[in-house]
Amino acid sequence: MAVILTRDLYKTYNPDTIPVHALNGVSLSIEEGEFTAIVGPSGSGKTTLLNILGGLDSPTSGYVEVGGTDISQLSENELIDFRKNHIGFVFQSYNLIPVLTAYENVEFVMLLQGRPEKERKERTEALLAAVGLADHMDRRPSQLSGGQQQRVAVARALAPRPSFILADEPTANLDSHTSANLLDIMGKLNHEEKVTFIFSTHDSRVIERAHRVVTVEDGVIISDEGMKR
Amino acid sequence: MKQWLILAWRNIWRNKRRTLISAASVAFAVMFATSMSSLQKGGWDRMLNNVVHFYFGYGQIHAQGYWDEQTIDRSLELQPDTLAVLSAMIGNKPIVPRLESFALASTGPITMGVLVSGIDPSGEDSLTDLADRLVAGQYFTSQADDGVLVAEGIAEELELAVGDTLVLLSQGYHGVSAAGKYPITGLVSFGSPELNKLMVYMPLETAQYFFGAEGRATSLVLGLDNVKEAKAAVSLLRRQLDPAVYEVLDWEQLIPDLVQARGLDDAGNTIIILILYLIIAFGLFGTVLMMTKEREYEFGVLVAIGMRRRLLTGVVWVEIIFLAAVGALMGMALALPIVWYFHINPIVFTGEMAQAYEQYGVEPIIPTVVESWIFVKQALIIFGMASLMALYPWLKIRTLSPVQSMRH
Ligand SMILES: Nc1ncnc2c1ncn2[C@@H]1O[C@H](COP(=O)(O)OP(=O)(O)OP(=O)(O)O)[C@@H](O)[C@H]1O
Ligand SMILES: [Mg+2]
Repeated sequence: MAVILTRDLYKTYNPDTIPVHALNGVSLSIEEGEFTAIVGPSGSGKTTLLNILGGLDSPTSGYVEVGGTDISQLSENELIDFRKNHIGFVFQSYNLIPVLTAYENVEFVMLLQGRPEKERKERTEALLAAVGLADHMDRRPSQLSGGQQQRVAVARALAPRPSFILADEPTANLDSHTSANLLDIMGKLNHEEKVTFIFSTHDSRVIERAHRVVTVEDGVIISDEGMKR
Repeated sequence: MKQWLILAWRNIWRNKRRTLISAASVAFAVMFATSMSSLQKGGWDRMLNNVVHFYFGYGQIHAQGYWDEQTIDRSLELQPDTLAVLSAMIGNKPIVPRLESFALASTGPITMGVLVSGIDPSGEDSLTDLADRLVAGQYFTSQADDGVLVAEGIAEELELAVGDTLVLLSQGYHGVSAAGKYPITGLVSFGSPELNKLMVYMPLETAQYFFGAEGRATSLVLGLDNVKEAKAAVSLLRRQLDPAVYEVLDWEQLIPDLVQARGLDDAGNTIIILILYLIIAFGLFGTVLMMTKEREYEFGVLVAIGMRRRLLTGVVWVEIIFLAAVGALMGMALALPIVWYFHINPIVFTGEMAQAYEQYGVEPIIPTVVESWIFVKQALIIFGMASLMALYPWLKIRTLSPVQSMRH
């Protein structure tokens, strides 16, 4: 079953002043359990596409269906709740709330979901252990390295048991060794938690680990290949 | 819920120095406003209380028209049971009669104008503590005592002492001439020099005889204990007494100039405090502005991962409330010892202020009141102010787009 389905997505920024055509007809289908990289040169429209898939932005025209829901039909609050319950986000940087510990950051969305304390605790501890930060639970983001922060962000994204995770250049601020490590963890969780991952990247070593690579240029998909594992 | 409060609390300490500076400015305003209000209220409460207890009482009954033109010709006739009947109307609170008029006092070549006050010795003492003002001699022992109590200043001026004789001349009821010689049985002292040169007391019956006004009184003072009792008693009496014969005045009508002066003073104070709070509000708003601006990215992340805008606004609102509350609590903690100190050690006035006080026979000292309402009022003002400030982040968060705010 397709977790995400888009048809003829167009996105034009500033249509009234200096129009920027960021997406020019993107049709894409993502199946459950995929580990997919969106790649392409800077300015090709990767972030724009992920934002639309994540319900953070709306297309100028075209259709987006996420988990069977046409998200263009949702009200503002419904959309926020939809993101809370169905989508995990990992941003390029500054993902975490600085005044909360690693533990509290991972717990955060589950708190918003109103999950019981016991469940939150178990899941938070399990996820922090899974990303290798079991003994850094009480540290604040400022006491963690960039790679550790991104691992906490991945754990946070997974915590609410979303349908899929969107990660926009999660390794952009990391060195190659740390990047590889983060990707390993993401890959492992993709396998263990059966969670769909969609991430954008420039980094060829990151691309290597993807199961499917969708290449975007000037707002259109120019190639879409499954990778041999 | 608890988690959101913790989040808000931690957020205000992200920039310790800025938070402390903002809180300190709020603290200063609260401390100043609290101390000033406590002092102001303390001064006026004491003043009005003194004036009321010292002479006027919380209410008086006169013959209609007496207060406008205070002559003995506008005195009231007392039936043997008048006082008891009136007292019964107001829940058996005492009613203390006075017969007062001006007279000339002299000893040989020296003459001065005095106010002769005929009083019920025990009633007057329980109302105004007259016996406590005695500095020499003895207080009256009965209604018919033939002696007088003379204010210190008069005795000094006329070179008289206890045991000497005072000659009084006046015009009595309906123009009869009044003259008498009275032994001085005691000297009384007032804080006010003017009263010290004015008052001559004699028992009511003696005064009635002197003025040729048997069975009459110029005023009946209500022996009430506080403003609340006064309101009830005065309105009751007004309803029951014939307005063609009687006038019933409450303490505000008896000392209207003081009441008005207090109103003016209150208004002036309120304006100063409002200006102060306004200045502080601008400072606080600066902090709120920065707090909101520098966290736009973070707000974007929070909304993106599923935090509803209303909840986020709520957390930020609580932050502002916390920030203001830290300041307000600091201010109160600073103000309390100040207010308490001046409650125990009242400020002593000199010069013009002192004179203004003495005019009413009040010692020129101002103790502060220690009143929780004054503190609570500041807290409410600060709370309202902080809530108003939260409008800015509310507007920001309401229109925030996660995509825009995360594009740095
Ligand atoms: N909010 C915006 N307003 C105007 N133009 C925008 C906006 N966001 C993106 N663009 C433009 O749209 C195009 C696609 O941008 P997008 O950020 O999606 O590219 P990208 O592939 O993510 O690039 P990068 O690899 O640099 O992150 C670019 O030309 C960009 O300048
Ligand atoms: Mg991008």
